[in-house]
Amino acid sequence: MTVNQISIFLENKYGKLSEILALLAEENIRIIAATVADTSEYGILRIIVSDPQKAFKILKENNVSANLTDVLAIVTNSCAGSFAQTFSHFTKAGVSIEYMYCFSANGKSILILRTNNREAAREVIRRQNLEYIHESDLIKL
Amino acid sequence: MEYWQKDIETMNREDLEKLQLERLKKTIEAAGNSPFYNKVFKENGITADSIQSLEDLQKIPFTTKEDLRNNYPYGMAAIPIQKCVRIHSSSGTTGNPTVVLHSAKDLDQWANQVARCMYMVGIRDTDIFQNTSGYGMFTGGLGFQYGAEKLGCLTVPAAAGNTKRQIKFITDFGTTCLHIIPSYATRLAEVMYEMGIDPRRDTRLHTVCIGAEPHSEEQRRRIEQLLGVKAYNCFGMSEMNGPGVAFECTEQNGLHIWEDNVIVEIVDPVTLQPVKEGEVGEMVLTTINREAMPLLRYRTRDLTCVLPGECPCGRTHKRLARFKGRSDDMIILKGVNLFPIQIEKILMQFKELGSNYLITIETEGNNDEMLIEVELSDLFTDDYGTLQRLTKEVTRQLKDELLLTPHLKLVAKGSLPTQEGKAVRVKDLRKLC
Repeated sequence: MTVNQISIFLENKYGKLSEILALLAEENIRIIAATVADTSEYGILRIIVSDPQKAFKILKENNVSANLTDVLAIVTNSCAGSFAQTFSHFTKAGVSIEYMYCFSANGKSILILRTNNREAAREVIRRQNLEYIHESDLIKL
Repeated sequence: MEYWQKDIETMNREDLEKLQLERLKKTIEAAGNSPFYNKVFKENGITADSIQSLEDLQKIPFTTKEDLRNNYPYGMAAIPIQKCVRIHSSSGTTGNPTVVLHSAKDLDQWANQVARCMYMVGIRDTDIFQNTSGYGMFTGGLGFQYGAEKLGCLTVPAAAGNTKRQIKFITDFGTTCLHIIPSYATRLAEVMYEMGIDPRRDTRLHTVCIGAEPHSEEQRRRIEQLLGVKAYNCFGMSEMNGPGVAFECTEQNGLHIWEDNVIVEIVDPVTLQPVKEGEVGEMVLTTINREAMPLLRYRTRDLTCVLPGECPCGRTHKRLARFKGRSDDMIILKGVNLFPIQIEKILMQFKELGSNYLITIETEGNNDEMLIEVELSDLFTDDYGTLQRLTKEVTRQLKDELLLTPHLKLVAKGSLPTQEGKAVRVKDLRKLC
C-alpha cells in the first residue's frame, strides 16, 4: 500500500522542468504519475516512476535537490461518491491529508496520498478493507 | 552669501592649513595619552616633534575599524573616562561594536559642526526641524538634535518609524525641514500622496537633509520633486562623531568636508599611497578637533575623490564627490551598516541550507530591498509547509541580526554561480552616481 515517490525542488525558471525530465528520459525511466505544485518562487515536482531507486540515484548524481518519500496508493472506482466515502474514513480516524493526486488506469482511479500520520492511515486502510495497490503492480501500469 | 562661521568657512587655504598643522600637533600630543596610540607611537618612534608639516602625518600608521574593536570599549580614550559624557556606537554587529567617546567639549564642537552644515543649506532659527533618524546609540538622532538646537530651530525629535505619525507632526507642527534617509523620504512621500496629502501644497517643507545610505542623483531629484523641497546630501560616520563630517552646500555639487576638524587624505585602497589629485580612492580621516578620542589616519573604507576647483559658494573647504562605494564589503542599506559575514553566520546555522548564497541589493519602486538567495543543501522534505516554516525562521533570525527584513529565497542546489577563490556574495544593483 505504500509506494516510493520522488519529490524534486524546482525553481521557477524557464526550462527547469524539461532539464529534469530529460535526465530521467535518458535513463529510460518511465513516469507513471506526476504533479507539480508551485508557489511564487519555487515548485515541488512529485513523481511516481518505474524505478524509483534508480531515478533517485540519477538525480543525486546530477546534483538535483530531491527527496524519496513513501506515499499511500489506494484504488477506488470512479462512481459518484466513492472519493467522498474513502476520505470520510480518514477523517473519522482523525487523519489529515497533506496532499493527494490521482490518475486513472485500466478503468480504476488510483489515489496517491500523503497524510499527517502514516501508521493511522495504514490502519484505516486495513480496517476499512480499502483496495490498495503494491508498488510492484503500480510500476507495471 | 550667509555663513555660520564666515572666518572659518571661507578661510584662505594657507591659513586653513596652518590651523590644521597647529591642531594636528596638539592632537598628536593628546593622542599619546590613549593606551592604543601610546603603544603605536612607541613602536614607530613618533613624538610631537615628528610632525613639522602636514605631510609628516604620513609617518603615522593607519588606524582601522579593527583597532577600534580590539580596543573596545575604552582603549582609545585620550582623556580620563570620568571626563567623558557620552558614548556612541556603530550599528554594525559583527564582533565588538566600535565605540566613540565624547567629552562635553566634543559634543559642543560636534553640535556646532552640524549647525554649520544646516545653516549652509539655508536652515535658520525660524525653521521647524523634524528628525526621523533613530535616536539612541545611532548618531543620526542626537547628532542632528544637538546641531538643530544649537542653530536655534524648533526641533521635533520624531525618531524613526511610524510614518502616519511623522506625517501628522509635519502637518500639525508645520515642519519645514527634515533629516531623513533617502529610501524613507520616498516612502514618506508615497504615503502622503496615498493619504491625499500633497506635500508641495499641504506642508511647509522646503529642505531635507538626506544621508546615511548611498543614493543616486536621480533619487535626490525624485525626492525633491515628490516633496517639493531642496534635498542635500550629508555624510557622517560614527567614528567621526556622526552627521556633519561633510555636507553639500546649496550648489549641490560635492560635499564640503570641514577641514578645521579633520584632515582628509585619499589613498589607493591597495597600495595605501596617496592618489593623484582628483582620483578616486579610499578616504582617510584624522580628527584634529576632538579631545576624548582622537583618531589618526582612520581608514573610512568609503571611496570618493576630491573635486577640483573652487566652489562658487565661497567656502574654501575641500569638496568630496558623491560616495562611490566601499573598499570593504560593508553594505549600507536603509541607514543600517551590515557585512555579508553577518548573513553568512545565520545561514550556516541551518543544516537544511547549503553554503552558497547571493545577496542582491536592488531598487524596487522607490525602495532599496535586499534579496538573499540561498541554496538548499538538499531537499529534506517533500512538503511546502516545512519549506515555508524554514524560510520564515531564517528570515526572523536575519531580521534580528540585521535590523531590517530581507527577502529570503530558497533556490536549488547548484543554481547559484560558484567562483574560484573569493566568491562574489553581494550584487549591488542600486543605481549610484
